[in-house]
Amino acid sequence: MIFTRRMVGFAAVLALSVGAHAAIAQDLKIMAPAAPGGGWDGTARSMQSALTAAGLAKNVQVSNVPGAGGAIGLAQFVNTAKGDGGQLMVNGFVMVGSLIMNKSPVNLSMVTPIARLTAEPLVIVVPEASPIKDAKGLIDAMKADLGKVTFAGGSAGGVDHILAGLLAGTIGLDGAKVNYVPFAGGGEALAALLSNRVTAGISGWGEFEGQVKAGKLRAIAITSKAKVAGNPTPTLIDQGVNLELINWRSVVAAPGISADQKKALSEIIDKLVKSKEWQDVLKQRGWDDAYLAEPQFGEFLKAEQVRVEGVLKSVGLVK
Amino acid sequence: MESFAALLQGFAVALTPAKLMYASLGVLLGTAVGVLPGIGPAVTVALLLPVTFKLDPSGSLIMFAGIYYGAMYGGSTTSILINTPGESASMATALQGSLMAKSGRAGPALATAAIGSFVAGMIATLGIAFFAPVMVKFAVSFGPEDYFALMVLAFVTVSATFGDSPLKGLISLFAGLSLGLVGIDKLSGQSRLTFGLPELLDGVEVTTLAVGLFAIGEALFVVSQHRGKDEILRLTGSLWMSAQDWRRSWGPWLRGTAFGFPIGALPAGGAEIPTFLSYSTEKRLSKHQQEWDTVGAIEGVAGPEAANNASVAGTLVPLLSLGLPTSATAAILLAGFQQFGLNPGPLLFAENPQLVWGLIASLFIANVMLVVLNLPLVGLWVQLLKIPTPWLYAGILMFAAMGSIATKGSVAELLMLLVFGVLGFMMRRHGYPVAPMVVGLILGPMAESQLRRALQISLGDPLVLVQSPIAATLLAISAIALIAPFALKGLNRFRASED
Repeated sequence: MIFTRRMVGFAAVLALSVGAHAAIAQDLKIMAPAAPGGGWDGTARSMQSALTAAGLAKNVQVSNVPGAGGAIGLAQFVNTAKGDGGQLMVNGFVMVGSLIMNKSPVNLSMVTPIARLTAEPLVIVVPEASPIKDAKGLIDAMKADLGKVTFAGGSAGGVDHILAGLLAGTIGLDGAKVNYVPFAGGGEALAALLSNRVTAGISGWGEFEGQVKAGKLRAIAITSKAKVAGNPTPTLIDQGVNLELINWRSVVAAPGISADQKKALSEIIDKLVKSKEWQDVLKQRGWDDAYLAEPQFGEFLKAEQVRVEGVLKSVGLVK
Repeated sequence: MESFAALLQGFAVALTPAKLMYASLGVLLGTAVGVLPGIGPAVTVALLLPVTFKLDPSGSLIMFAGIYYGAMYGGSTTSILINTPGESASMATALQGSLMAKSGRAGPALATAAIGSFVAGMIATLGIAFFAPVMVKFAVSFGPEDYFALMVLAFVTVSATFGDSPLKGLISLFAGLSLGLVGIDKLSGQSRLTFGLPELLDGVEVTTLAVGLFAIGEALFVVSQHRGKDEILRLTGSLWMSAQDWRRSWGPWLRGTAFGFPIGALPAGGAEIPTFLSYSTEKRLSKHQQEWDTVGAIEGVAGPEAANNASVAGTLVPLLSLGLPTSATAAILLAGFQQFGLNPGPLLFAENPQLVWGLIASLFIANVMLVVLNLPLVGLWVQLLKIPTPWLYAGILMFAAMGSIATKGSVAELLMLLVFGVLGFMMRRHGYPVAPMVVGLILGPMAESQLRRALQISLGDPLVLVQSPIAATLLAISAIALIAPFALKGLNRFRASED
């Protein structure tokens, strides 16, 4: 397998150097730095099917390199794909945090940014029986006794945790004192909420949608800039809390590629994002289109790194 | 009765030729990945997801469920024949199953595993159809303190896997617990015992340890015992289960189901804990104690196999009725539902009754297919033992390495597999049991994070651990299980002295 992949990569370099301006890749490799089944893997495999269906690439291979919130995949990508214009890697917000937390020797400034693709706002929910009705209620409870407000969400230092820390910071409290309970996978966190064990839950909208619609959970705030179509949940900003946070996913290319190679890849992604096939994928998966091309994406990436590092320090996860 | 009518409708959906084809494809694939060490159902379904993108949703989901059930059947085969569990849920099966195979009773062991899986699958699928709402309430009410109590109970029962020396068993268990500490701490996000190696940040994979200790360790051990002459295992007795085997199997099947289904339905239950609980219960209850360390007891195969299949059905309860994925495979099944625009959850039964009941009906069908597929295969599988030892174990080594490469694709994982293999060999050589180490790796991190989570939610009040009725009951059972053997021994001595 490894040998054939390498040969395909070699072929891709040839193909791209010949047809750099045609914006049709013969062969592309997309790495999902996560196990099959997750969001990054889903993004990579959706790109694969949309790229081939839209005729933007002849042959697209997806490989999974799971581990450490994407740090293992990134290290492999940086070390083996250098200068290869036929390779892409999917990443996102979660990787920014995990690289900082794991003191990874590689970081996102080592890859070539291409574009942000999708985004999912987070939602804060409370159990049906909770006395908290809106963001103000939650903030009042946090101000009354921050330690007693338990937040259930995903892994420590992940996007859910960062939101809890940012929320405390925004309302003038100490992020390090937030009582955040990380759960592995959404299932257990949901159970903790449904059995009224925790004050509030944080996750992507998709994870709570069914329970909110069934009336078992109450969505009190969404973290996007504006309300999401078809979702009546008010934003934090609408409720007077100046805080916006989206869980974005993006695609980057190998380090050390030429300006031409970057241009060719950017063109392919631009055509992909505007294709009907990709729009269908977004609808089917419930992802928001958050396309942001270069050079804005590179600046956005830098700004997010600074912001995440600040939050992680404020919640005491990074010294 | 409403559910009954709905179920009949479900059969009408599932009994169409196309759906039957999906189900049979699923069980075949599932059996295959279950047999191969290291490749689990989760990875298989994940890799198939994009392929099924354009297929009919209910057909694909039926196929996925078939893979899930099939993998649990397949996992027992290699456990029994060559002491190589395909996944961690069939580890308990390997303990007695391989002893039975070595004493020439591979046929009955495989048969009781297949029929036990069938019985458990059927009962548990009925459970999904009729008790899902009740089970879900129970599952959701289970909090971190209750999980912790369940882990304590599981720890108490680990001694059943110790073999003849408790000291060596404990050493093996603590080695497993230490391995469980490696990686990023789930609650604080800090890395522990990683020695600066990024490959260790995610901790030690249970399958890597299990395959290394069992498969590679066994292969190395066999090589070291090999004296250039092939001794082919002789089959003694019938290929099929005798009347006595049936008598000794049905109790464990039912008890295994009773462990597997409810624990499988818990959001953090899984398939491993019920198999251990079933194993130790059967060992305690068995009237044939002398067989457990010698020729292998059929109860020790029947119980855990029923338990792991029932737990698979159990996982589907919270998945279908709440949208709660409780295992890696269930999480990927959930992604599958979402890919087709279906949101499992309280509304799924109301919005898509055809799909849900079709899926449940096809689980019954998959179960029948699996037993029909597996029983005749018993004869064929047993032939596997006639392969000359060097070839057989070369094959095992290859598949074990391939499985590990296929799932992680990293050299570090392969190295770990090798290290664990050598360790497994040394442990066998010096009479240390390998199972407690895997148990420690599975239970240690779970017990730790549930305990800390419970204390975090209770704001540090340790009383939370005994205040919940479920936790209090489980802890009481653990205490009895721990003290009873000593108390009984004392009582016997007392009686003996009275005589």
